Amino acid sequence: MMKFRFRRPGNDPQREKLKLELFAFNKTVEHGFPNQPSSLAYDPKIQLMAIATKTGAVKIYGAPGVEFTGLHKEAATVTQMHFLPGQGRLLSLLDDNSIHLWEIGQKNSYSHLEEVCSLTLPGRPGFDCANSPSITRITVIMLKSCCDMACLGTEGGGVYFLDLPSLQLLDGKTLFQDEVLQSVPDDYKCGKALGPVESLQEHPTDPDKILIGYSRGLVLLWGQATHSVEDLFLGNQQLESISWERSSRTFVSSHSDGGYMVWPVNSARCKTQPLTSSIPYGPFPCKAINKILWRTSETGSPFVIFSGGMPRASYGDRHCITIMQGKLQVTLDFTSRVIDFFTVHDIDPEQEYDNPRALLVLVEEELVAVDLQTPGWPTITSPYLAPLHSSAITCSYHISNIPIKLWERIICAGKQQNPPHSTMEWPINGGKNLAPEPVHKGLLLTGHEDGTVRFWDASSVSLKPLYKLTTANIFQTEADHSESFPQSGEEEWPPFRKVGCFDPYSDDPRLGIQKISLCKYSSQLVVAGTAGQVLVMEFNDERSEQKMSLSSVDLLQDREGFTWKGHDRLTPKGGLVSFAPGFQPRFLVQCIPPAAVTAVTLHTEWQLVAFGTSHGFGVFDYYRQQAVLARCTLHPNDSLAMEGPLSRVKSLKKSLRQSFRRIRKSRVSGKKRLSPSSPASKVQEANAQLAEQAGPREVEVTPVQRRIEPRSADDSLSGVVRCLYFADTFLRDATHHGPTMWAGTNAGSVYAYALEVPSREKWTEKSAEAVLGKEIQLMHRAPVVSIAVLDGRGNPLPEPFEVSRDLAKAPEMQGSHSVLIVSEEQFKVFTLPRVTAKTKFKLTAHEGSRVRKLGLMNFPSIASDDYSENCLVCLTNLGDVHIFTIPGLRPQIRYDCIRKEDISGIASCVFTKTGQGFYLISPSEFERFSLSTRNITEPHCVVGWEGPIDHLNPVTSLCNNLQQRSPKMNQANGTHKLQSKEEYNSLGAADAVLTSHWTQRVT
Amino acid sequence: MIKTHQRTPSRSLESVEVKSKFGAEFRRFSLDRSKPGKFEEFYGLLQHVHRIPNIDVLVGYADIHGDLLPINNDDNYLKAVKTANPLLRVFLQRKEDADYSAFGTDTLTRKKNVLSNVLRPDNRKKPPIAISLPRDFRPVSSIIDVDVLPETHRRVRLYKHGSDKPLGFYIRDGSSVRVTPHGLEKVPGIFISRLVQGGLAESTGLLAVNDEVLEVNGIEVSGKSLDQVTDMMIANSHNLIITVKPANQRNNVRISRTSGSSGQSTDSSTSHATFMASPHVMQNFHSEEVDSDEETDMVIEGSDEPQHIPVAPSASASIVSLTKSDNDHGLTPNGSVASSEGSMHTLAADTKMDPVEKEDVIRRSMEEDGTVITL
Repeated sequence: MMKFRFRRPGNDPQREKLKLELFAFNKTVEHGFPNQPSSLAYDPKIQLMAIATKTGAVKIYGAPGVEFTGLHKEAATVTQMHFLPGQGRLLSLLDDNSIHLWEIGQKNSYSHLEEVCSLTLPGRPGFDCANSPSITRITVIMLKSCCDMACLGTEGGGVYFLDLPSLQLLDGKTLFQDEVLQSVPDDYKCGKALGPVESLQEHPTDPDKILIGYSRGLVLLWGQATHSVEDLFLGNQQLESISWERSSRTFVSSHSDGGYMVWPVNSARCKTQPLTSSIPYGPFPCKAINKILWRTSETGSPFVIFSGGMPRASYGDRHCITIMQGKLQVTLDFTSRVIDFFTVHDIDPEQEYDNPRALLVLVEEELVAVDLQTPGWPTITSPYLAPLHSSAITCSYHISNIPIKLWERIICAGKQQNPPHSTMEWPINGGKNLAPEPVHKGLLLTGHEDGTVRFWDASSVSLKPLYKLTTANIFQTEADHSESFPQSGEEEWPPFRKVGCFDPYSDDPRLGIQKISLCKYSSQLVVAGTAGQVLVMEFNDERSEQKMSLSSVDLLQDREGFTWKGHDRLTPKGGLVSFAPGFQPRFLVQCIPPAAVTAVTLHTEWQLVAFGTSHGFGVFDYYRQQAVLARCTLHPNDSLAMEGPLSRVKSLKKSLRQSFRRIRKSRVSGKKRLSPSSPASKVQEANAQLAEQAGPREVEVTPVQRRIEPRSADDSLSGVVRCLYFADTFLRDATHHGPTMWAGTNAGSVYAYALEVPSREKWTEKSAEAVLGKEIQLMHRAPVVSIAVLDGRGNPLPEPFEVSRDLAKAPEMQGSHSVLIVSEEQFKVFTLPRVTAKTKFKLTAHEGSRVRKLGLMNFPSIASDDYSENCLVCLTNLGDVHIFTIPGLRPQIRYDCIRKEDISGIASCVFTKTGQGFYLISPSEFERFSLSTRNITEPHCVVGWEGPIDHLNPVTSLCNNLQQRSPKMNQANGTHKLQSKEEYNSLGAADAVLTSHWTQRVT
Repeated sequence: MIKTHQRTPSRSLESVEVKSKFGAEFRRFSLDRSKPGKFEEFYGLLQHVHRIPNIDVLVGYADIHGDLLPINNDDNYLKAVKTANPLLRVFLQRKEDADYSAFGTDTLTRKKNVLSNVLRPDNRKKPPIAISLPRDFRPVSSIIDVDVLPETHRRVRLYKHGSDKPLGFYIRDGSSVRVTPHGLEKVPGIFISRLVQGGLAESTGLLAVNDEVLEVNGIEVSGKSLDQVTDMMIANSHNLIITVKPANQRNNVRISRTSGSSGQSTDSSTSHATFMASPHVMQNFHSEEVDSDEETDMVIEGSDEPQHIPVAPSASASIVSLTKSDNDHGLTPNGSVASSEGSMHTLAADTKMDPVEKEDVIRRSMEEDGTVITL
């Protein structure tokens, strides 16, 4: 009936075509560490490592840039994974007892991961499956070295054999426990069963023989061809794991009492006593040794590496791995649970020794690599799987196109900060990264709860840590950070060594970083935190010692009747403080009251910093070190603003709201949005599903109702400053432009100040001044989330120094400027200086969604190198992304991006200026997405092995497909053709060095 | 001094010529268009120039369409001065012998219009109900669009208009039965769950508990979540138009096609003389109208001292309601005239724009700022 209202001016086919050339939504890669990892696997032949999670995700990593992601259809925990060495295949076991075969296939000449087939073991014949469902529950999987067969140990003690890669059960070969029991002496049997199969290990030299370990302690050597027990080892301790010595003369078994035993393998058929037996952390009761490895070394005693075994009473809660070599012993002490570990060692059967090079340990929150060749066993820095969440992320900030000079200085500072313990190359280097070297450097900054800011190289597929800035050392805190880890004395037992960097505990929540702003041209940074601290920092390549200069700005401005009930402000250290090379503080401004900083911006050309809290905002001249402006935005009736962050009123209100949301969620979860079916997005879905399953479902819900009431002026927290912006524009009249500062609040107020910034020559004589130019009250009173000035051509104004250093076109100062004010509900463009509404788009009135995050992005066209458009991109509370033209504010396209229930994901989203974005899919993982057709950062890699004749020749196919896909690979550099040629050559080289053999393909 | 910009039309001249008629006497004087002052002052001025200091008069003026409209408060006085082009013709009547029916659309031309007299022969005999002359005209909540909606639906416009009354209602999720090609189907819907005592929704009597919400300001809510609909309603709260399917279908407005005016409203206070005089004017709301009387963001010119932003209702709203009929004739009220001029001005300034962008701007200015665009 009202359809005419929805009609839009007819779709212009030319514009539609242009849109296709500009915009495309892709979820490209996940950065960081997989959430809730559950198993680990390693392929020594093609040097790949796989990590799987409780949500059924499988992630394979090789050389930096080589990454694959897969997801099991069943969102179940992956309990075990095994590579079929050298085949690019992976066997996974889920906790629903199903086995899945994955294959790295080639598509468009790039490798990708896909599930090929799966199998669920049938119940044992003759047994009622319902009564004994656990009989055929798989406890261990072992792949024969020839890769044509897998052995499955089960809960019931039977060992099944599986043909590979067809995943067909070899029925006749199954070894049941009663068969084994016949050869066991009666006095050992005592009428009891042997328990589940705990370990299966192939004989290192005779692939026909398998070592089978049962839970009760019995280990036997089984000859497959003869179908008979060849050797018996009558252990009496509950068995946890076994491991062969390379020579096959001995093997080692680990037990639940925290001990391990070495058994001889010789002609005597039945052994009752091991060669040696020891409990490393005895004599008091110890916890079980869950896994043990025995690796021989040319240079000395063999390595014994095991997890667990700690004295139960004193260190039972530690997560440890012990490395022993002769008398050398180190107890690696992790901050989270050990999932699994493996060594990278020599696998050539001709070699006499294992010679382990590195130990890789997967713990719940990070991956740690230890160099076993360098004395002292230092750790190796990982090029991927960055532990983003080593302290909880509180904010993130992205800057594109970092000047190479600053880039190198940051890298240099990072290296000095973290002297590499090991010079060893990253030991896992399978596959070949085909993605072109990024031309533009992108930096992702994450602010953390513990007051650190971490700098990540976000230019390519693997997110690498570059530098860590600590702000805690500027303040007096209870635990002094410099002496956090006391050096372990020699007499300390066990010889603990802290490894890894996951440390979720913050000493002082006030240190938390709230807002970051970096000027890439002047290398100045402003970091603002929870206790109202605003730190202006400058990059210094030298170590320095200085006294902090500080000032405080009262944002209440003598407003009567307010008492701050929150935390105190931080106390800066007095006297000289020494700072390492890197960003060093230049000035500290503390807001009074010390509420969390909610907005910050920096103008390095004018040497001004602006900051806002829930009480007001201020502008500070850090060159002359004096306040330029302080303005209170607090509404007289606002009581909540004076509560600290831990206020009871607020948290009660919040928890009520959350519980309502939760009820809602349980009701709408049925109709889920279907997002593009990339494996990455599937991982998220699975994560979310798991999270939803975790809580008990509300069965009968009382109907939720929502109050319909317009926002009133005296809503609480209306004074929160949401955005701040510096611009050189026309505020007072249409002929003179000059520095201005804009602030937007939660109540829809915008304050625009004209700034008097003295010229550089007069800097010492005059001081900067601010005069209120305009106040704009948006009548819909929605929070103002962003302000930007557009020049006469409708383009956003460039950043400070961009023009003076010839890095950007000078803005058009002749035509009339306009200001784009974005509230949570509407976009509006006003003319300047008159501030009359020019264009607008009422998002909430039309869509029912609200703006959460906003970015102004440049979209280059895929069809033409010299055409690009500036657009407004917004992420809404429903998790969808909208793109609008500026200044016309015409909606262009909409994509589903984040699930709307994922509130923390939406809150964490950051946009880049070049059409990409990041958001957290778990506390430890960023999903990267792109909205541009040209700027896409996604894995392009190939895992090679010599293909069979019928296999697609990778070299030719790569060549063909590159031409077809070249625009997608192009990293906005316009030289993609040249690059594809380079890849062609490099792949040829890669193919030549392939060592392993491709066996038959599954059809 | 604080000066509130009301999007003054750019054609504004320095002064307005006023020709005032009382009885047979004319007086001419001029006013400063930018500073017309208050109605009280104007009234005093009229009494002064006509030398009738102790006579109560009704003040009316002829607007650009030749309608005789009253001037009795600041809002319509301002409107009169603003629209005067170039002359403001003012008519004074003694209050005792005032003809209230004189005000309204076509009032000045009607006498000459023979046809209208033929069509409405009772026009002279039965004087229309005398309408009161409130100090301030203001829009009130009403049922609208009766003629375009099915009888089972009701479109309600809730005007908050600066009153302290809360909108005063709650919505909830629920399900309703729809007829689909597959038979009857239960579909999720949004319902009014509660009315607050003394709230706007309750006091107008136009909405009731369990009414199903179908549209919010012309946008269908099906497929939208409760949170989305809540946000849409709040975003439109200054001028909320809800289409509901009333739970109680017995009070539906019946349209009798023979007399168009009978179905206008259950709330007689909404109808002013305009509608009595011209029943062919339908109360369809247009997107322009929805937007035009909307909020005008307040801009306060800065002074050296920071000023507190006063909370004031948009003054333009009342003017717009008065000229509603103008709007329906295809002319836009003051607010949107100004805003479309704004875009045109931009167009002129940005002559260097490339064609695509130019077209965008043109289209924008054509469609007016409120046209709904679905993505």
